[in-house]
Amino acid sequence: MTDQAERPYAPPSLHLPLSGDTALDPPAEWEELRARCPVAHATLPSGDTAVYLTRYDDVRALLSDPRFVRPTGRDNAARLAPEGIGGAAVTGSAMVSIPDRGAPHQRWRRRVGRYFTAKRMTALRPGMTRLAEDLVDAMLAGGAPADLRASLGFPFPVYVICDLLGVPAEDRDRFSHWSDSFLSITRYTADEIRTAEQEFVAYMSDHIAAKRAEPADDLLSTLIAESGTAEGGESEDGDGGGLSHDELVATGMGLLVAGHETTANMIGKMVAMLLSDRSRWERLLADPSLVRPAVEESLRFDTNLGFGLRRYLGEDAEIGGHVVPAGSTVVCSMPAANRDERAFDAPDTMDLARTPNPHLTFGAGPHSCLGQALARTELQVVLETLLTRVPTLRLAVPAAELRRTEGLIVGGLREVPVRW
Amino acid sequence: MKLTVDQDKCCGAGACVLSAPEVFDQRDEDGIVTLLTSEPAPEQHAAVHEAAAVCPAAAIHVTETD
Ligand code: HEM
Ligand code: HEM
Ligand code: SF4
Repeated sequence: MTDQAERPYAPPSLHLPLSGDTALDPPAEWEELRARCPVAHATLPSGDTAVYLTRYDDVRALLSDPRFVRPTGRDNAARLAPEGIGGAAVTGSAMVSIPDRGAPHQRWRRRVGRYFTAKRMTALRPGMTRLAEDLVDAMLAGGAPADLRASLGFPFPVYVICDLLGVPAEDRDRFSHWSDSFLSITRYTADEIRTAEQEFVAYMSDHIAAKRAEPADDLLSTLIAESGTAEGGESEDGDGGGLSHDELVATGMGLLVAGHETTANMIGKMVAMLLSDRSRWERLLADPSLVRPAVEESLRFDTNLGFGLRRYLGEDAEIGGHVVPAGSTVVCSMPAANRDERAFDAPDTMDLARTPNPHLTFGAGPHSCLGQALARTELQVVLETLLTRVPTLRLAVPAAELRRTEGLIVGGLREVPVRW
Repeated sequence: MKLTVDQDKCCGAGACVLSAPEVFDQRDEDGIVTLLTSEPAPEQHAAVHEAAAVCPAAAIHVTETD
């Protein structure tokens, strides 16, 4: 691709991450890129280059292609963060030893996925509702204005995932720090990240040893029981054997991180989007049956999902009519794809009744979010609880004054100030 | 309407069960999709189309029979 004549449009050099004028708006570049350069080049914070995808069909096809997976330390992929910086989720460090591709990945997924089925999540719903009510009541008791992110958005998913995994919720401040460092692109120094990872591994390792000695009725205990007694043993490949000690540690850490920060941020963003135009909130008050599609539409409409999913091409791939060569790193922008006018009618309108809503916020294909039934249930419960407990809820600052968090691989709002 | 699912492709995300619990289920042992019926009643058709559209693995296939 050096023939300039084939390129009627060359975007000004594209540096990721892009951002909109305000915390809730899409970056102006997306529409332009989808229309004129759907397979674009971009520079990552490390200075390395990647191919940047913004169209729905291209993003969906690439994520669904089982040949391509998230880059790991082993691939010679473009780095996201400058050398030495960046948490495990960013560098793909080998410490995260969850099988990441092919049949071993599928086996891991099925072993863990059975705890996250829609039916199990529905069974957890009454407990989640009580938890959400308690947190909302505490927020109300503290008086207005309150920060909804701190009083509900963060604690809620942490309590839920801690309960599911069987780790003590009292340790949640430590998890938050470990999780931030895990997801850091530029927020922490290399030393801080290394220390946090070591502490997190040691904590989870001790925790698994304790569960092995004294099993309880939770996900980790059950996974340990199925994995036999071999302390630190290898999983028996091929015959559906259990998880090794390292895999159990990585699974515990991965679920804690995955089940925490993404949902916590999404709660704040969902509420902010629904309140930023209060007619949306009023529509939900008038028709609570819209909660389910409104959650999906909030997931689609969010422009601040974070960096975008990366895939390393181990072989050439055809994307949107272009051959992208082996060795490239591709960044898929799900929020840009979620606003693609080729896939959604009136994509820049937040339509609380939109159905079906095949947004790509949970990814697609073999790696698509394992916890999506949990995340959906959590978001629905939070929204229902707020609508019934605090119908007068509104933003305490103009939406244009909301600020994004910086330097992490997942996007969120720093505060969501509310009144009622 | 005739319905099939591809269990090899299914990634167990459960979006289908959330859309149409009367038609789809997930196996307890691994979370993989199973059908409660392959010929859903007319009042289920909209939910089944929704499930097929939102399935992240494109594992649900709908054939119109009438
Ligand atoms: C419409 C979309 C595209 C635009 C606007 C664009 C623009 C550019 C520009 C301005 C350069 C620097 C050229 C130079 O050194 O003079 C470049 C280089 C290059 N492009 Fe593209 N490009 C596009 C799509 C693609 C696609 C789809 C591919 C993959 C098949 C591709 C592969 C390359 C490669 C391999 C280079 C060599 C430099 C490098 O490694 O960064 N380009 N492109
Ligand atoms: C709104 C909240 C959430 C969002 C937006 C989200 C988004 C995503 C996305 C986009 C992926 C795909 C990564 C890739 O393809 O490289 C993913 C994977 C994953 N998510 Fe979530 N997630 C959320 C909540 C959760 C929750 C609550 C859990 C539960 C523990 C969870 C567990 C996982 C796991 C384990 C994976 C890896 C799956 C695999 O590689 O097979 N997520 N998530
Ligand atoms: S939505 Fe698709 S991937 Fe998810 S359980 Fe149903 S069939 Fe499987």
